[in-house]
Amino acid sequence: MALIECKDVSLGYEGKPIVTGLNFEVSEGDYLCIIGENGSGKSTLMKALLGQKSILSGKITFDKSLDRKEIGYLPQQTVVQKDFPACVREIVLSGCLNGCGLRPFYSAAQKRLAEDNMKKLGISDLADKCYRELSGGQQQRVLLARALCATKKLLILDEPVAGLDPVVTRSLYALIKEINENGITVIMVSHDMKASVEYASHILHIGHTPLFFGKKSEYAESDISELFTVSGGDSQ
Amino acid sequence: MIQTLSHYLSFTFVQYALIAGLLISLCASLLGVTLVLKRYSMIGDGLSHVAFGAMSVAAVCSLAPMAVTLPVTIIAAVILLGVNSNGKIKGDAAIAMISVGALAIGYLLMNVFTVSTNISGDVCTTLFGSTSILTLTKSDIVLCCVLAAVVILVYILFYHKIFAVTFDEGFAGATGTNTKLYNNLIAVVTAVVIVLAMNLVGALLVSALIIFPALTAMRVFKSFFSVIIGAAVISVACTLIGLLSAIVFGTPVGSTIVVTDIVVFFIFSVIGKISGRARA
Repeated sequence: MALIECKDVSLGYEGKPIVTGLNFEVSEGDYLCIIGENGSGKSTLMKALLGQKSILSGKITFDKSLDRKEIGYLPQQTVVQKDFPACVREIVLSGCLNGCGLRPFYSAAQKRLAEDNMKKLGISDLADKCYRELSGGQQQRVLLARALCATKKLLILDEPVAGLDPVVTRSLYALIKEINENGITVIMVSHDMKASVEYASHILHIGHTPLFFGKKSEYAESDISELFTVSGGDSQ
Repeated sequence: MIQTLSHYLSFTFVQYALIAGLLISLCASLLGVTLVLKRYSMIGDGLSHVAFGAMSVAAVCSLAPMAVTLPVTIIAAVILLGVNSNGKIKGDAAIAMISVGALAIGYLLMNVFTVSTNISGDVCTTLFGSTSILTLTKSDIVLCCVLAAVVILVYILFYHKIFAVTFDEGFAGATGTNTKLYNNLIAVVTAVVIVLAMNLVGALLVSALIIFPALTAMRVFKSFFSVIIGAAVISVACTLIGLLSAIVFGTPVGSTIVVTDIVVFFIFSVIGKISGRARA
């Protein structure tokens, strides 16, 4: 059974649809890239998946094994975070908050989980460093570790490589791929066509209406991908 | 000088002032860190003006000032902290609007419906807090202690949630933290602290108690926890020094405390610069 199933979903603001007729499903272990131009409804779709935005019509069904609270989310950086005085450990640990419920403090198991995830992402030695003094790539790793603390099943990433240099970008992609291979389903919103085709297992290409959904091998052969790559539609 | 000080300290009203002052500045500094980081530094200013307006209304209708001021300020705080998410009027504009509006209405009311003979004196007292901290009664102190205890308890119990909502509301919301609830909690507690603090430094200087300790601590400390603790210690120390020197030198209490905060801010800025350079 699919982890997430979207049937005839329309999304938009104040009753005006931005994107209509979305049909796709995500199975466990998939690596889905959602691509499209600015304003095509990528971020809106992501917010709907996270339950932060209601849908105009259609239905998004989640598998019973997936609690909406247990989605790991890597948002885009906000202005507030850029000069936030917090050390890496505090931030990673805050990913465990959804497991706390009414309990005011973190349990020992949650603290261990945070340490494990920091080790996994190679940021253990930064644990006591201040977030605002890290490089862009390191900051993304911290936020990724936090997202991992929040989930056992599904990661949703919002343009994780925005503003990073090519070397750091590549290592971050490799890291995400590795996380995916360890059994966590990944949904990534991206501008980066080349990387999407390279790393993802499935592609959803939207532009007001869904232009393509399917496996990446099929996508590479479709007309729509050609149109995009040849005409320089790759918006970055 | 120590003799003068110990002479003054033997008076009950000075002891009351010290207790109230230290508790209020502790609460204000805890909240200040969150408010400054959430880019709500101006909310202290805005809400204190609202409280001033509400106080004038209470004075005109001869109601108990607390009974009117506290609820009105809480409502204003919830509205102001909630405005940002709706986006029709941007947060800073909404704060400015409500703040100036309340100030104007408050002054107008005090002028039109004169209760006392010395209006400008009354207004000045409310705005700058001149001596009211030194005229606190026992029941004021009890109220102050209870409210301060509640604020501190709330802050400790919800510390991790407050951190999550401050650092990244989007993530916290997406992973199932009720961000609206905690934003409203922060708003309510802020309102309580501001109404309390008005007695100490007056409506115009309340923001200083909220933002200065937080900014000062951020110059030097690197983690959220150490910033919170640092801000609390700095705030309490500054109020203590400010209050005592105000008593000894006979200067206005509120502005003396704020000036102390400013001086400490610059000292910490320099320390932060030097230690930052040493590391680089």
